[in-house]
Amino acid sequence: MAPVAPRSGDAIFASVEHVNAELFTLTYGAIVRQLLTDLEEVEEVNKQLDQMGYNIGVRLIDEFLAKSNVSRCVDFKETADVIAKIGFKMFLGVGASVTNWDADGTCCSIVLEDNPLVDFVELPDTCQGLYYCNILSGVVRGALEMVSMKTEVTWVRDMLRGDDAFELQVKLLKQVPEEYPYKDDE
Amino acid sequence: MATTACFIIVSRNDIPIYETDAGSATKREDASQMHQFILHAALDIVQDLAWTTSAMYLKAIDRFNDMVVSVYVTAGHTRFMLLHDSRNDDGIKSFFQEVHELYIKILLNPLYLPGSRITSSHFDTKVRALARKYL
Repeated sequence: MAPVAPRSGDAIFASVEHVNAELFTLTYGAIVRQLLTDLEEVEEVNKQLDQMGYNIGVRLIDEFLAKSNVSRCVDFKETADVIAKIGFKMFLGVGASVTNWDADGTCCSIVLEDNPLVDFVELPDTCQGLYYCNILSGVVRGALEMVSMKTEVTWVRDMLRGDDAFELQVKLLKQVPEEYPYKDDE
Repeated sequence: MATTACFIIVSRNDIPIYETDAGSATKREDASQMHQFILHAALDIVQDLAWTTSAMYLKAIDRFNDMVVSVYVTAGHTRFMLLHDSRNDDGIKSFFQEVHELYIKILLNPLYLPGSRITSSHFDTKVRALARKYL
């Protein structure tokens, strides 16, 4: 069977079911709000959001691969491009660009043009250390881990903290070789 | 030139959550206490009036010497109260409507607890700008 051509992020986004943007934004807001109340410490909330994102990511990657028809990426550069151009477009409906590559191609930045999660949000003085969108970094980390890439994902720029864009730094720590779980003669 | 004295937002639990002296310079030293006093006194009238009309803008509901209290009540029973001595009804109405928009944005912020103080500096700047524009 001939490999199917990968579909563009726009096309997939148009074909999946949508949920009202405000409902989505406010639901996420309610989650963060509740975490802040329950955990009290902003640092803990960051961790928890990241963990929640990770759990989403490890599941989301399957849906992503099923719907997007992308094949194996040759290098990390291509992976980052696919995340930015197809992944973000498909699930969030926003485009993203990849910049700031380091010399050996293991660390780059994904810059979000728009972020539906933060509509209406303004950080009060009491939660200055909060990474409001930390769930996104978790999603990327979780998804990449399932395709055998250990990464570290951190926020470099955050509009809620007064920066001019949302920038997610993705750093490839190591590539875990895929192992066939059984011996040939078993 | 007419002057505006003071603008406050009172939550549904009768707690003031935002205050600004939107207009020109105050004349008397105790003016701010005086303004608060007048606005507090007007709250009772608002309570009675709010249920007699379906309009949110209640127009001028009370006066004290040469100053007038205009009030706008949102659906959630948050009251915007403006103390002024101008007769610029249209401007005040537009002012209230635009502040209402801003207030809704504040309310939609998941990190803002309804009924707590509005500390956003962004909101403050916008309200002051609106006051300069309309009042």
